[in-house]
Amino acid sequence: MSLEPQSLASRTAAAVDAEPWMAIAFLAASVVGVAAFVTVLGLVLIYAERKIAAHFQCRVGPYRVGPHGTLQAVADAIKLLLKEDVVPAGADRLLHILAPVLSFAGMVLCIVALPLGPHAQVVDLDIGVLYVAAVAGLGVIGILLGGWSSHNKWSLLGAMRAGAQIISYELSAMLALLVAVLFSGTLQLSGIVLAQQEGWWIWRAHGAGVVAFALFVVAGTAEINRTPFDLAEGESELTAGFHTEYSGLRFAFFFLAEFLNLFVVAAMVTTLFLGGWMPLHIGQWAAWNAAMDLLPPGLWFAGKAAAVVFLLMWFRWTFPRLRVDQLMRLEWKVLLPIGFANLFFAAGLVVSGWYFFPTDAAPTAPLPAPAGWPSDGAAP
Amino acid sequence: MDYLYVLVFVGFAAAMTLGGLGISRLLAPHAPGGLKSEPYECGEQPVGPSWLQFNVGYYIFGLLFLVFDVEAAFLLPWAVVVREVGVAGLVEVAIFGAVLLVGLLYAWKKGALQWV
Repeated sequence: MSLEPQSLASRTAAAVDAEPWMAIAFLAASVVGVAAFVTVLGLVLIYAERKIAAHFQCRVGPYRVGPHGTLQAVADAIKLLLKEDVVPAGADRLLHILAPVLSFAGMVLCIVALPLGPHAQVVDLDIGVLYVAAVAGLGVIGILLGGWSSHNKWSLLGAMRAGAQIISYELSAMLALLVAVLFSGTLQLSGIVLAQQEGWWIWRAHGAGVVAFALFVVAGTAEINRTPFDLAEGESELTAGFHTEYSGLRFAFFFLAEFLNLFVVAAMVTTLFLGGWMPLHIGQWAAWNAAMDLLPPGLWFAGKAAAVVFLLMWFRWTFPRLRVDQLMRLEWKVLLPIGFANLFFAAGLVVSGWYFFPTDAAPTAPLPAPAGWPSDGAAP
Repeated sequence: MDYLYVLVFVGFAAAMTLGGLGISRLLAPHAPGGLKSEPYECGEQPVGPSWLQFNVGYYIFGLLFLVFDVEAAFLLPWAVVVREVGVAGLVEVAIFGAVLLVGLLYAWKKGALQWV
């Protein structure tokens, strides 16, 4: 019985010589799985956002289509599929199509690298953190292209704002990511989860973890253009920002990518600071850890990610939108200095071994599995 | 194999979006032209082209971003081996960071971070 995480890609690699059919089956399973995951999660998130928004405002929210309005998002998807796809005159047609594709691709490529459970990860890259930070940048290119190609002044302004905002907040996000990398000693996402075997970085890191967590949540909210940082599509000033000229299914793909990016940010927060699929372990307290292991890892991950998603939705219905000058001041004069100070504080803690349950090196060998883990390779 | 998978999913994302758009093209009405293809500017007649020169006040942030993002790229390998390189590595990285922070302070003092 091993807790060693195994990605679908590594299983394919293991099977490719001996059993080529199994390799093809794993590949097909991962493609179908990701397609189903993206679609279903998108619909669930859209429904959740509308219901949560409604309840924050003492409304009922969607209620007509399906029981408690659960099929509302499906109905909207069908509606968008059947709507005419209007391209404004003078638009750059190729880039106008390419923009939602890039946004969507950036999101999918992030999702395939996320460790949703010890055996529920499609690709486990050894530079996972860097990879996610890099492919998340595709979304910015999609937004810039979408705004520019639309031949609309509002779109252009919205895209420029989005570009400046996303690149600025990427710095704080990177500095917060680096704290988790410092403590874990690896860039591999599954390795970061395993490094939290004895506790999550948010509490094990003597304050540095909490600060990095808060920084990453703020920067992540700005990265995905959500209120209070949604200046790129501020409807009171820019109509709809970069997607003013998008209609039908092209708009739907922008929209889907935006909602799933919400999940990507929540999943990254969970993986880096909240232990990913790791149950709430405390050091070597065997009895406590065994009790925590009774819940399957997939459930731990889903619960933590859902909590972070709820937090981000809560932000959206609580804080008013910032002004551009406030946005830039917050990043460059507040978050960036805090991020740097926190990074070097964290580095000092790691070098001196001053955190709870320090380890000498990154856990490269598979750790002994606690009691109660599923022994087979079934995805939780 | 890992990067092959990434490549597969690049294709998957393109196929899903372009395939969806193709299906939509078959199902949805398609009658381009007329007033609906004008750029939407809240009902006003658009004045002049949209691809016009304007002061991209964000370029200075773009420059600063480049500096600090490259720095982050240098910090990543250090963060992985921080236990092995120990105090000496920490001091070196602190000097490296301090040089860049002086640059940030300079930009701050010059008012480059002030949005006008």
